Amino acid sequence: MAAVQGFEPETVSDEAELPDREVGEVVLKLENIELGFGGVKAINDVSFEVRKGEIRAIIGPNGAGKSSMLNCINGFYKPQKGTITFAGKTMSAMDPHFAASNGIARTFQNIALFRGMSTLDNLMTGRVLKMNRGFFWQALRWGPAQREEIEHRAFVETVIDFLEIQSIRRTPVGRLPYGLQKRVELGRALAMQPSILLLDEPMAGMNVEEKQDMSRFILDVNEEFGTTIVLIEHDMGVVMDISDRVVVLDYGRKIADGTPDEVRRNQNVIDAYLGVPHED
Amino acid sequence: MLEFWFFIEVVLNGMFAGTMYSLIALGFVLIFKASGVFNFAQGFMVLFAALCFVGFLEMGVPLILALVIAAAIMVAWAFAVERFVLRHLVNQEPIILFMATIGIAFFLEGFGELLWGADVHPLDIGIPDGAWFVGPDGVMMVQQFDVAAAVIAGGLVAVLALFFTYTRIGRALRAVADDHQAALSVGIPLNQIWIIVWAVAGLVALVAGIIWGSRLGVQFSLSILALKALPVLILGGFTSVPGAIVGGLIIGVGEKVAEIYLGPYIGGGIEEWFAYVVAMLFLLYRPQGLFGDKIIERV
Amino acid sequence: MFYREAGIYKTSYAADQALFRIPLDRIFVISVVLFAALVIPVIGNEYWLGSILIPTLIMAIATIGLNILLGYCGQLSLGTGAFMAAGAFLGYKIATAFPWMPIWAVVILGGLSAALIGVAFGLPSLRIKGFYLAVTTLAAQFFLLWLFQKVPWFVNYSIAGVPTAPPREMFGYLVTGAEATVEARYLFILAFTVVLALIAANLVRGRIGRTWMAIRDMDIAAELIGIKPLPTKLSAFAVSSFYCGVAGVLWSFCYINTVEATAFDIFRSFSVLFMVIIGGLGSILGCFLGAFFIFLLPIFLNSAPGWVGLEVPTELISHLEFMVFGALIVFFLIVEPHGLARLWAITKEKLRLWPFPY
Repeated sequence: MAAVQGFEPETVSDEAELPDREVGEVVLKLENIELGFGGVKAINDVSFEVRKGEIRAIIGPNGAGKSSMLNCINGFYKPQKGTITFAGKTMSAMDPHFAASNGIARTFQNIALFRGMSTLDNLMTGRVLKMNRGFFWQALRWGPAQREEIEHRAFVETVIDFLEIQSIRRTPVGRLPYGLQKRVELGRALAMQPSILLLDEPMAGMNVEEKQDMSRFILDVNEEFGTTIVLIEHDMGVVMDISDRVVVLDYGRKIADGTPDEVRRNQNVIDAYLGVPHED
Repeated sequence: MLEFWFFIEVVLNGMFAGTMYSLIALGFVLIFKASGVFNFAQGFMVLFAALCFVGFLEMGVPLILALVIAAAIMVAWAFAVERFVLRHLVNQEPIILFMATIGIAFFLEGFGELLWGADVHPLDIGIPDGAWFVGPDGVMMVQQFDVAAAVIAGGLVAVLALFFTYTRIGRALRAVADDHQAALSVGIPLNQIWIIVWAVAGLVALVAGIIWGSRLGVQFSLSILALKALPVLILGGFTSVPGAIVGGLIIGVGEKVAEIYLGPYIGGGIEEWFAYVVAMLFLLYRPQGLFGDKIIERV
Repeated sequence: MFYREAGIYKTSYAADQALFRIPLDRIFVISVVLFAALVIPVIGNEYWLGSILIPTLIMAIATIGLNILLGYCGQLSLGTGAFMAAGAFLGYKIATAFPWMPIWAVVILGGLSAALIGVAFGLPSLRIKGFYLAVTTLAAQFFLLWLFQKVPWFVNYSIAGVPTAPPREMFGYLVTGAEATVEARYLFILAFTVVLALIAANLVRGRIGRTWMAIRDMDIAAELIGIKPLPTKLSAFAVSSFYCGVAGVLWSFCYINTVEATAFDIFRSFSVLFMVIIGGLGSILGCFLGAFFIFLLPIFLNSAPGWVGLEVPTELISHLEFMVFGALIVFFLIVEPHGLARLWAITKEKLRLWPFPY
């Protein structure tokens, strides 16, 4: 364990006590994905799959193509080659709306909140796809539209409680400190009630306490809601402790895939990324 | 055959009008490149500079001296804009800066007319006014004025291109355009750079104003005409000097040809909107303009 | 001290989501509306009602329209005047083609036609952003005005090219055209203003408003949440142009009493833009504050020298007006980019504590 550099949050050490997660069938499958910008190949022939209920980490050095991978999964980038299988459909590229409406939510490496809106409104925006009252009722804000608004507000309040952000409900998110913004962003993704949650460096730039909180939230989400999580993170301590399986990318290629233990022992990974453990 | 020569004449006319658009667009590009500010006031600076110039001429000030004074006023104006507006808006969103320049435009218009009155001022600085007749039996007429204007515009563009590419200030300007904070952090004095570009843009405006003014008289409609530079910019891309030139030529030729060959069928006066509609359709096909770089969006 | 939130408990989400969360606000707004509807027509004279309140309320409607597009959805438009003109001319066509149609329906249909045109010119917004979009809306401005001036069909082949607004009645009172009493026109416009402002306030704080703001604040993230950019932007264009169109019909039918393109030139677009900026981007209240401010400022500038006994030529005043406008815009952007509405909010914050410092 200690071979890996990086901080290990205390909370994650109780991983052993977690009940066995129900890791089920494949819910998302990427095959031979290739993505380039001009001459630069960001992703080169990468395949992997995500199973229901697991925490799947993607790691690799900067520029390895991790974020691009997430961008392909929820349809922001269109890969030039390869297929994505999700929700019973095999596609050459994902459509963002299809991804969102079938339960893929994500957070971003550089926070992408709606800065002019309050925390509450940001979370309510996550419910947009689930609200369907038409223009007419919205304009009157009466009857069905009002009921719908209250119903979703109630759900959003459970997310607010879960993330312990009650006190900043009406604060414009642009004014919040970084750590809280990250938390609100997670909240917005959770408000979508996702089946798959993509987290792009959820702990980047956080201090120790904030990392602990965030790790706890991620594990709780996975456990309580059974949400499948795909996670990019640089903090090896966190990754190795909370994830079930890890994909390692380097220069746009997949160099390893397996449980944290397997990956840690993999020679390619050690050479490319982890460095040589001292006790060897 | 006559038809053909007439067509050429129309195209040439359009090209000369186009160089004028380019000249105004150039002022936009300079400021946009160096400060990321979309300067809506450029057209009004053209009007203001021309008003000052013609105003001093009418007071009996010799030509050269009037030119120098007008130039000095434009430089002073650059200082004022930096001191009272830009300095307070560092790191604001581009849209805020844009709207501030609309405010500047209104201020400048009121100021110019307050100083010099709202009448049309004829301007004659001795640009040759005759015409050459070329082609078989001299069927085609070329205005000497247009040729002179094109030469002046071309010269100005060449000087600016050299300035941007080869001087230290030019390099600093490009750095500021990319990122205000990053430029500040490597020690580029942002305020000075802004003064310089606004001053240069002011001088370009003066040249444009004098040429336009000699042709149409110095009047309020100059600033509306200057709005035509906007579609030119769209075609050329906001950051490209060659783009401003080519875009200006395309718009100039396009609207003249359209007016003469298409106008009679749909009621005439289409010069008013033709440029904008062309620009809009073009953008649908290529959102970054002719010479702009393709933007890769990231999250 | 007197204006406060403390002690007001909400026991349901419905109460927490109400338009005015503080009873005092609600009472205040309702009394303003009642005052405007019941007292002002009685005490107001021809000048105040006809030359100040009527145009200001109409401009407030147009300002709400632009604010929805710019302040809430983040799409800059310089074509407001053209969309107003579309409402005015098409409203005129509808009113003359179907003389039996009630006038309120004419106004709404005029707005809807403007909305259709707005959607057409909003289409480029899918691929074009920011300033580029602003320039394409100039295409709408110049093209539409040219169209309405050049095609005589729009003015029913009127010889002069500037037809007068058709007189129409509502509840037995003339409400449009030059013969209508100023009180009737005022109340007709006030009714539209109140209803449209309420609808706008409802829209912006519901699902549709949130999708607009999401696109405004971070369009990429919005798309990845599942908000489709094109329908969202087009809905903003549609609603915005509807408001502008309604304002255009009212302007032609109830204020200037003629249908002419020159009333909706590019400077109309700019003055609406100024009202939005000065009033406050993303605030419905601000639309009214901005409209009043911009409309009253020239009147103030015209009469202020007279009050202190100065004789200033009108020409000078009109130049000064431009300068003051320009300077104010810059001043507001520097001091308070959120405009009068934010100043009002700050005043309310202060009022909570007043007269105590903390």
